[in-house]
Amino acid sequence: MSVILVFLLVIAGFAGWWLSHQRLMAKPWLEQGVIGDVVALEGSALPTAKIGLGVFLAVVGCLFALFTSAYFMRMALSDWQALPLPRVLWLNTGVLVLSSIALQCASVAARRGQIDTVRLGLATAGLTALAFLVGQLVVWRELTADGYLLTANPANSFFYLITGMHGLHILGGLVGLSRTTAGAWNGARPERLRLGVELCAMYWHFLLFVWLAIFALLAGWAATFIEICRQLLT
Amino acid sequence: MVDVTPADAVPPAEVAEMELYHPHSWWTKYVFSQDAKVIAIQYSATATAIGLVALVLSWLMRLQLGFPGTFDFISPEAYYQFITMHGMIMVIYLLTALFLGGFGNYLIPLMVGARDMVFPYVNMLSYWIYLLAVLVLASSFFAPGGPTGAGWTLYPPQAIMTGTPGGQDWGIILMLVSLILFIIGFTMGGLNYVVTVLQARTRGMTLMRLPLTVWGIFTATVMALLAFPALFVACVMMLFDRALGTSFFMPAIVQMGEQLQHGGGSPILFQHLFWFFGHPEVYIVALPAFGIVSDLISTHARKNIFGYRMMVWAIVGIGALSFVVWAHHMYVSGMHPYFGFFFATTTLIIAVPTAIKVYNWVLTLWRGDIHLTVPMLFALAFIVTFVNGGLTGLFLGNVVVDVPLSDTMFVVAHFHMVMGVAPILVIFGAIYHWYPKVTGRMLNEAMGQFHFWVTFLGAYLIFFPMHYIGLMGVPRRYHELTNTTVMTESAHDLNAFISIMAFLVGFAQIVFLFNLIWSIRHGREAGGNPWRATTLEWQTPETPPAHGNFGKELPIVYRWAYDYSVPGAKEDFIPQNMPGSFGTSREPA
Repeated sequence: MSVILVFLLVIAGFAGWWLSHQRLMAKPWLEQGVIGDVVALEGSALPTAKIGLGVFLAVVGCLFALFTSAYFMRMALSDWQALPLPRVLWLNTGVLVLSSIALQCASVAARRGQIDTVRLGLATAGLTALAFLVGQLVVWRELTADGYLLTANPANSFFYLITGMHGLHILGGLVGLSRTTAGAWNGARPERLRLGVELCAMYWHFLLFVWLAIFALLAGWAATFIEICRQLLT
Repeated sequence: MVDVTPADAVPPAEVAEMELYHPHSWWTKYVFSQDAKVIAIQYSATATAIGLVALVLSWLMRLQLGFPGTFDFISPEAYYQFITMHGMIMVIYLLTALFLGGFGNYLIPLMVGARDMVFPYVNMLSYWIYLLAVLVLASSFFAPGGPTGAGWTLYPPQAIMTGTPGGQDWGIILMLVSLILFIIGFTMGGLNYVVTVLQARTRGMTLMRLPLTVWGIFTATVMALLAFPALFVACVMMLFDRALGTSFFMPAIVQMGEQLQHGGGSPILFQHLFWFFGHPEVYIVALPAFGIVSDLISTHARKNIFGYRMMVWAIVGIGALSFVVWAHHMYVSGMHPYFGFFFATTTLIIAVPTAIKVYNWVLTLWRGDIHLTVPMLFALAFIVTFVNGGLTGLFLGNVVVDVPLSDTMFVVAHFHMVMGVAPILVIFGAIYHWYPKVTGRMLNEAMGQFHFWVTFLGAYLIFFPMHYIGLMGVPRRYHELTNTTVMTESAHDLNAFISIMAFLVGFAQIVFLFNLIWSIRHGREAGGNPWRATTLEWQTPETPPAHGNFGKELPIVYRWAYDYSVPGAKEDFIPQNMPGSFGTSREPA
């Protein structure tokens, strides 16, 4: 459970930092405002939708941290046999990075008001994300063809489970992305389009980060890394 | 003496006017509504309905325990199914849904001075997915093999094996799917509650001016958003084990003389995931209750809450601590002694902020102008019950005490006191308190008094003797305990007594339900602010509050939520949106 605890520690740190800016030492019983005197809120200048997405991403991060925790705990048992990673995964990773870059470009273009670049970026991002999902399915087929079936070993089960869960999140993101893309073609208001593109980019970067972490986990590097940390500590 | 920043520090667009969704038809106004108040009532009604099912299940269990061998239709399998469904429904589908989905939806926008939740559409989806989860759960009663009887903790391997009711039938699958749906629906609602508190507070509503109700619900929601994923992961993995034959949790095991294809899995892994959710869940239910009870006590004792800051810090502190105590539910599963020591220590440390809260409630009452209204009675009963349940928690937090007691009725008595009876008392108090705002009419006082006394005394008569039965060594989870050494005649008599009390308390709830329905038409007109309370929900121009809550302009908040009996003020309460300086006796900061 150490992975999830570290994750929660990060969340707690962030929450603590935020709370420390909220005048928790104020003495509200001494505050009596008169008309015209209104206490300034430390309200965030960020759009509400972005904060909503940020909170949601914390929940998603929590989910994957828990899968990782379970992975490490199950890995420690004796029947674990790591499975070889198909090379296609590298290609898929590259495609997902491209997708993120395309959305980043779209986001920059939206800020500058270049609608054509926005459209190009959104379309590229959508297609590459679809390509990623297809690539993941190819990986699944390759593995099953080679006899690495879901139930054969817990390493296999985790592989399908975690990649599947990540794929589902990409699929959900594609729903949002397609709505934003439709807006870009049907002449949505510029500020609304910009917000939509930025939200998509934020979600995509996060899922890319999650994917890289999962990749490291499934490839076994994460375990090696933790082993090194443990040796350094002891 | 006034510790505020001048108005020019406020950007004018700070509280942007929301684009309100306007319903056009009866369907979108009352059924597929995006108004948080309607969603709140939908959540509450659904939770109450499924809660009544759980109440009936508890009666059936008490029939069996009190009068073993009398009722043929309660087979051992049926008894386990009753236990499982009663526990799961009460903890998740009733308490969590009612506190966060019901009270959260109704009170958060009103109390922070917002027009609605920030993502109304997602909020509506949240309810419909919750309803779907409830329906899936209820459908398992009609599935072949009946609902799961794995116990509410659903421990593998037994949960998905032959011999456990529903283990190889549909029961466990429907339960897991229902939980997964519930978590998805809750996450949608939870995002709303958190972001509304963060972003939609009206001008002047600093965090430290929030009523404690909002603090409690807010913190509980943050915890739930971080804890429910653990249950989600556990459910998904168990569903894989059951439906697809993986071995996440399933060890190599022989069933009916046949070696199953599972092998190597770890049931302990499930327990870790389950309790990583399960312990915060206790506080997900308790923190809203803490918050609400603070407001009830302050309002009905006409006195400011004692130690507001400490109350806020305690809520946040309890929320954080509750994530590092989960393994105290697993002492009997065996663990490294140092881990046991660690978890016992963290468990006992939680008693500190909790005790601070109890002291503060008592000190709020001290020399207050206590009105023994029905909400106040329930609030007082909560303090007593919570202290009682909390003290036995201190016993059970220690490994050496927990190990012998863990499988006895003592634990059943403990957790019913602390997270069953106590939060339910707050829910009742809160309903009596806010019903006038929701409907415009007061609940009937006489029926309320009757409901309170029967519920409070009855709950004590149920659960207090249960501690003794547990200390005598009577184990829990057993369908029938005749002719055993622990089941002495006096234990039998107590069990029968407890059962009779359980029926009485259950029937008193029918009076309550009748009161809820009767008072909609026949209750006394309440007016906008019958309790003369300070918080914003009582200052709405219309009662019940209209769509958009606050009429044309959002209120501006000038003070905290607890200005009761301020010396020098005209009335004994000053609403949060009333400007100006009152009183003379306050010390400068």
